[in-house]
Amino acid sequence: MKNRSLISINDFSKEEQIGILDLAESFEKQPTRKILEGHVVANLFFEPSTRTRLSFDTAVNRLGGKVIGFADTSSTSVQKGESLKDTIIMVSNYSDLIVMRHPKDGSARYASEVSSVPIINAGDGANQHPTQCLLDMYSIRKTQGTLENLDIAFVGDLKYGRTVHSLVMALTNFNCRFHLVSPPELKLPSAVKMHIKEKQLEYTQYTELQDVLPIADIVYMTRIQRERFSDPIEYEKVKNAYILRNNMLKGSKESLRILHPLPRVNEINVDIDDNPKAYYFQQALNGVYVRQALVTSILGVI
Amino acid sequence: MENNDPRKELKVSAIENGTVIDHIPAKSVFQVIRMLGLESIDNQVLFGTNLDSRKFGKKGIIKVSNRYFEAEEINKIALAAPSATLIVIRDFQVVEKKHVSVPDYVEKIVKCFNPNCITNHEAIPTKFTVLSKDDIRLKCQYCEKITVKDDIIFT
Ligand SMILES: [Zn+2]
Repeated sequence: MKNRSLISINDFSKEEQIGILDLAESFEKQPTRKILEGHVVANLFFEPSTRTRLSFDTAVNRLGGKVIGFADTSSTSVQKGESLKDTIIMVSNYSDLIVMRHPKDGSARYASEVSSVPIINAGDGANQHPTQCLLDMYSIRKTQGTLENLDIAFVGDLKYGRTVHSLVMALTNFNCRFHLVSPPELKLPSAVKMHIKEKQLEYTQYTELQDVLPIADIVYMTRIQRERFSDPIEYEKVKNAYILRNNMLKGSKESLRILHPLPRVNEINVDIDDNPKAYYFQQALNGVYVRQALVTSILGVI
Repeated sequence: MENNDPRKELKVSAIENGTVIDHIPAKSVFQVIRMLGLESIDNQVLFGTNLDSRKFGKKGIIKVSNRYFEAEEINKIALAAPSATLIVIRDFQVVEKKHVSVPDYVEKIVKCFNPNCITNHEAIPTKFTVLSKDDIRLKCQYCEKITVKDDIIFT
């Protein structure tokens, strides 16, 4: 994996993905080590994402590496109209690895073509966010003991949610069954469903959240955004239909865990936070270990 | 029919040596000229458009003297003119006739339909993998979105 970029989850094979999860496990046991001393990681956030940036910062800092870069473009030459290409070439002179978040789809792939150092995509527009996908996989494996043969329910905006698309694609390598709960306007795109079928796996589409709770091993919640609806009345109709509350979890499996890429708005009621089935905060923390595994593998120090 | 009528033959005169690209949809003639860079070569180029065609309604034709095309070069016009035929002429005689076919990769000539794609915001040549040649589905190598035939805009 040394010197490879990670732009899309499919850039890594199933075996390589598992390798990252195994390594992340060892970082969870021992997250503070001085193995990145002398290395410089550039964090370039062309659009702000405090959560993802802090996660990468923490990952590198705990390993003794240095972080340079910017949290938004307001005080940079990007604001003066510098092209992405020039920014990437300049920064690749100063760093061993670039982590980037950018509002345009495909920006990270392009950066990987012009950069002399590897790129980790921390989100390119609506396209890919592979480190989120890996931390989701890590969280599922950790809570269920396996990634194989699980019943995974995805709830909410399945049409536009890039984390859902990547995670579904990744899980088709592990023989999972997919339970897709969404309003009719926000169903999973047919290209992703086609991918499930190609792997000869099953998916079922639902409109009622309650229908999947008794069978699911994992419930992956997402936010439904108002701006996705052309008709505001349609939004009003569905906005409360996909809210998970504590009392709905009666009769669910003991081993069920609830995931959410965060930030949540109201789709998971706060009364679930103390339920042992709530896993979303731990899920976010797992992101640090997964990113430590990625950074050290790509820099070739492990 | 069409070949037997001498008045029609005269509309675009014959060439001695070179390539005739026939059966181009009338609306795509100028596109094909641009794609092959014919507006900036020194060879003689003759073209006609909105000619009557039994098969195509209105068609266009381009004749280029003393110029022959490699398959790779000519296949890029398949996106604009999938019905085009290529006729190689030597000494006023037809020596070869072939159809164009859609290539596996398409570079530079098509815009990505996704307005949020990085290629529409920086000076980056587009790159597509052709997923389907019949109904033409092009997957952008950057944003990974699929541009379908009806959304194709040439750069
Ligand atoms: Zn694109």
